[in-house]
Amino acid sequence: MSSHMDYLDGNAAAGELSKIFVMDVTAAEGRCAHCGATKRFAEAHLYMHAPGVVARCADCEHVLLRLVNVHQRVLLDVRGMTYLSLDTA
Amino acid sequence: MGRLRWLVGTVVALHDETATARTITLEVPDWPGHLAGQHVDVRLTAPDGYSAVRSYSIASASNSERRVELTVERLPNGEVSPYLTQEVAVSDRLELLGPLGGWFVWRAQQPEPIQLIAGGSGMVPLMAMIRSRAAAGSTAPFRLLYSVREPGAVFYRDELQTRSDRDRSVTLAYAYTRAAPKDSSRPPGRIDAELVAEATWPSKLGPTCYVCGPTPFVEIAAGFLSACGNRPDKIKTERFGPTGGKK
Repeated sequence: MSSHMDYLDGNAAAGELSKIFVMDVTAAEGRCAHCGATKRFAEAHLYMHAPGVVARCADCEHVLLRLVNVHQRVLLDVRGMTYLSLDTA
Repeated sequence: MGRLRWLVGTVVALHDETATARTITLEVPDWPGHLAGQHVDVRLTAPDGYSAVRSYSIASASNSERRVELTVERLPNGEVSPYLTQEVAVSDRLELLGPLGGWFVWRAQQPEPIQLIAGGSGMVPLMAMIRSRAAAGSTAPFRLLYSVREPGAVFYRDELQTRSDRDRSVTLAYAYTRAAPKDSSRPPGRIDAELVAEATWPSKLGPTCYVCGPTPFVEIAAGFLSACGNRPDKIKTERFGPTGGKK
C-alpha cells in the first residue's frame, strides 16, 4: 500500500471531535488557510495515527486541523482553517 | 442537539452475514435515532482498564425500538473485530458513542436519484440507506453497484434481492473481483471506467453518489464517477483504513 492512500475522511473524526464540540464539525464547511478551498470537514483527508489525528485539505494537502490526546489533555490546532461554518438548523 | 455521551447497548441478536462478518443487534434505551449513513464509536474496556475504540457503520434504519444494528467484518490481527465477530454473546453490553457524522448521510427528503457504490464491507452504511428508503416510503430511485470478492462475501444478499424484486426503483449490480458466479456476464476483476459508466445513473440526472469502501477502492470509484461527469460535491465518500477498520 502506498503511503498516500493511508488516509480516511474527515468523517471518521466525528467521535474524537465530539469530545470537544457540541455540534457536528464533520458536516461544517471549512476554508483552507493555504489554498482557499472551501469544503465540508468530512471531505478532508484524515490521518489517524496515534496519539492523534491530522486532517489535511483534500485539494492541497496542507494541514487543516491537528488533535492530540496526551496526559489527559486534548490539544487542538485549527490554524489551517480560516473559518468553519456550522449549520445550526 | 446536546453533547454526545457514551451509551450502553445490550446485544439482543447475532447473525452471521458471511464466514467473516457478523451483524450485532443492540438495544440502546437512550438511543436518539440516527440518519442512514452514520456511524458509532464502540469502546471495549478490558478488566485492567485498557480500552480500544473503533468506528462501525450502522446497518439499520432508525426505528422506534431503539435498536441499532452493526455489521462487523473480522480483520486478521484485529484488536476489536475478532471479539465482536466471535466472542460477543446475547445479553452482553457494549459502550457506544453516536450517532456520528452528518455528511455521509441520506435523508428521506432527498428526491434525486441515488447511486450507491460499495467495496466489500463498505456495503454497511449503504444498506442503512436502502432500508431507510423503504422505512420512510421514499420513491427516490436507487442504484447499487457492489464490488465484492466472491459470491460468498456478499452481505445481506437475500434481503437485497427481495427489496429489489419488490421495488423496481431499487436496482442491483454486482462486480466480483476474485470469483464470479457462472451466470455472471462479466469475468472477475476490479471495477473499471466502463462498468461504472454502464452501471451508474447518467450524470445529467443529477444523482447524489455515496461511495464506501477501502481507501484505494473509494479513490478509484470516485474518480470514475467524476470522469462520468458527476460533480465533486455530489460524490460523498467514506473510506476505511488499509486494514479495513476505520481507525
